Amino acid sequence: MKIDSPYYLGVAIMIMIHSLNASGFNLLLGYTGIISLGQAAFFGLGAYISGVLSSAYGWDAILTLPVAAVSAFFLALLVGWPVLRLHGHYLAMATLGFGMIMYIFMNEMSFITGGPSGLMGIGDFTLFGKAFPFEDEFFIVMSVYFILALTILELIDKSFLHYKMKFIKSSETASASYGINVVSTKLFVFASVAAFTALNGSMYAFYTHFISPVSFGLKYSIELVAMATVGGLGYVTGGVVGAVLLGLIPELFAGLEEFEMIIYGTFLAVVVMFAPGGVVGTVIKLWRRKDA
Amino acid sequence: MQFLYSGLTSGSIYALVALGFNIIYNTTGIINFAQGEFVMLGGMMIYTLFTLAGLPFAVAFPGAVLSALIIGLLFERVFINLVRVKSEINLITVTIAASIILRDIGMLIWGRDSIRVGEFIPNKNIDMPGGVITSQSVLVIITGIAVALLLNLFLKKTRFGRAMRACFDDMTAAGICGINVMMVRVFSFGLAGAVGAIAGVIISPITFVTYDDGVMIGLKGFAAAILGGLGNFWGAVLGGLLLGVFESFSASIIPSGYKDAMAFFVILVILFVRPDGLLGRKKVHRV
Repeated sequence: MKIDSPYYLGVAIMIMIHSLNASGFNLLLGYTGIISLGQAAFFGLGAYISGVLSSAYGWDAILTLPVAAVSAFFLALLVGWPVLRLHGHYLAMATLGFGMIMYIFMNEMSFITGGPSGLMGIGDFTLFGKAFPFEDEFFIVMSVYFILALTILELIDKSFLHYKMKFIKSSETASASYGINVVSTKLFVFASVAAFTALNGSMYAFYTHFISPVSFGLKYSIELVAMATVGGLGYVTGGVVGAVLLGLIPELFAGLEEFEMIIYGTFLAVVVMFAPGGVVGTVIKLWRRKDA
Repeated sequence: MQFLYSGLTSGSIYALVALGFNIIYNTTGIINFAQGEFVMLGGMMIYTLFTLAGLPFAVAFPGAVLSALIIGLLFERVFINLVRVKSEINLITVTIAASIILRDIGMLIWGRDSIRVGEFIPNKNIDMPGGVITSQSVLVIITGIAVALLLNLFLKKTRFGRAMRACFDDMTAAGICGINVMMVRVFSFGLAGAVGAIAGVIISPITFVTYDDGVMIGLKGFAAAILGGLGNFWGAVLGGLLLGVFESFSASIIPSGYKDAMAFFVILVILFVRPDGLLGRKKVHRV
């Protein structure tokens, strides 16, 4: 097995993108208790904004990133303001509905997005004119971004915001009575994660050079739920572990594409039933038991 | 008027799916994200029994509904019962997992293509004031109303129906009063599965069946359920019909590709403006 062959680099890049998205979802559900089934929409929004701005308007790739992030941030504020007041089933369904609306718009607004057949001819990732056309070059860019993002996630995990979020997750009423502004904290987390997910979407667009609505539908939102849950909700490494485990399945067992969703579903169901802490949570639990 | 007739047809289906949501919600407080998959299963079963196996409709229809009922019972035993920590989030996640498993099994068995199911009754156009309505649509609307009436009678008048409603009010108290809570829960999933399958069967000659139908129809059924007020039976019927008619009329104004977006738009607006729905009691907690 040659690690530096483009195929394995490609797999690694995709797993990094999935990891970051799953980690973002983890911040929502695992830390703050917001269940969002519309994350793929933000991922797609970022991808389309970067794709359209760079291919149709010739923007430098790096300049499209802030646009993608800011648009997703404000869209998330707009959606989150009514939706985040809901909980549980209602929240899940409302975000799912939002995701579906975005998916329908991506399909129907073909004058911008290219419709169901997708948007082609997205350029390479460029840093103020310097292009990164080869797989190994993009891999380095992606790794830098990945490590940067994970560092920020780790910092959040060690920050005061972390306690705020976990407090809100365990009881909104209690945290409100301790003076935490529940709605604005949730809104902030939701919008920040949306911006982060949109950035990942931009990177995805520059990596694949081709995007179509299929990649940003409900299926992907559910895959993110599965990755974060299997990895371990509420742990920094949860999203990464889950993305590596589930992302490798189609690579390790070629010809299993038909069964992919069954495997995802089974993993998800089994983890929820028997090990709610996910892989990371279970490992930590066993480790502590060994120590004691 | 033509829009009204086609709206009532799809609305009856939404109403049936919404009833399925309500049955489970009313006994267990769970929203079953796999409800739409039972509609798909109903359509697929009737295709297998009626079109492939060539059984008479009078045999194939109960067969399809019965098999969905059994799948519903197993569904509760396998997916819901085994969840150790029955928090709301875990239950949502597990029904999502179940829905993608059911959908993929549907794909593996029946393939990715849309499947055409033959007509159950001769296809005729019936002239109505301001348009025509097909005999298939009449069948859909009549079945929808009949199922709603029967369910209402069942829940209000029979002992078992009362037991189901008691479980929703207070599961512990219901158990103390001698109600077999577990039986009621299992049965409510079976019943909801059967109702979903009925919807799937009667709509199949009009829309065909595809393995991933369940997502869209499940969501629209949920939109109908919250439009009428989650847990409210007549609300589900009203919500379903309203949503169907609304969708049908909106298709005449905006490009038809956006038609499906209307249902989700309704979800968002209702959740924001009046989360209890048109006929619902105050229940949704907002901070």
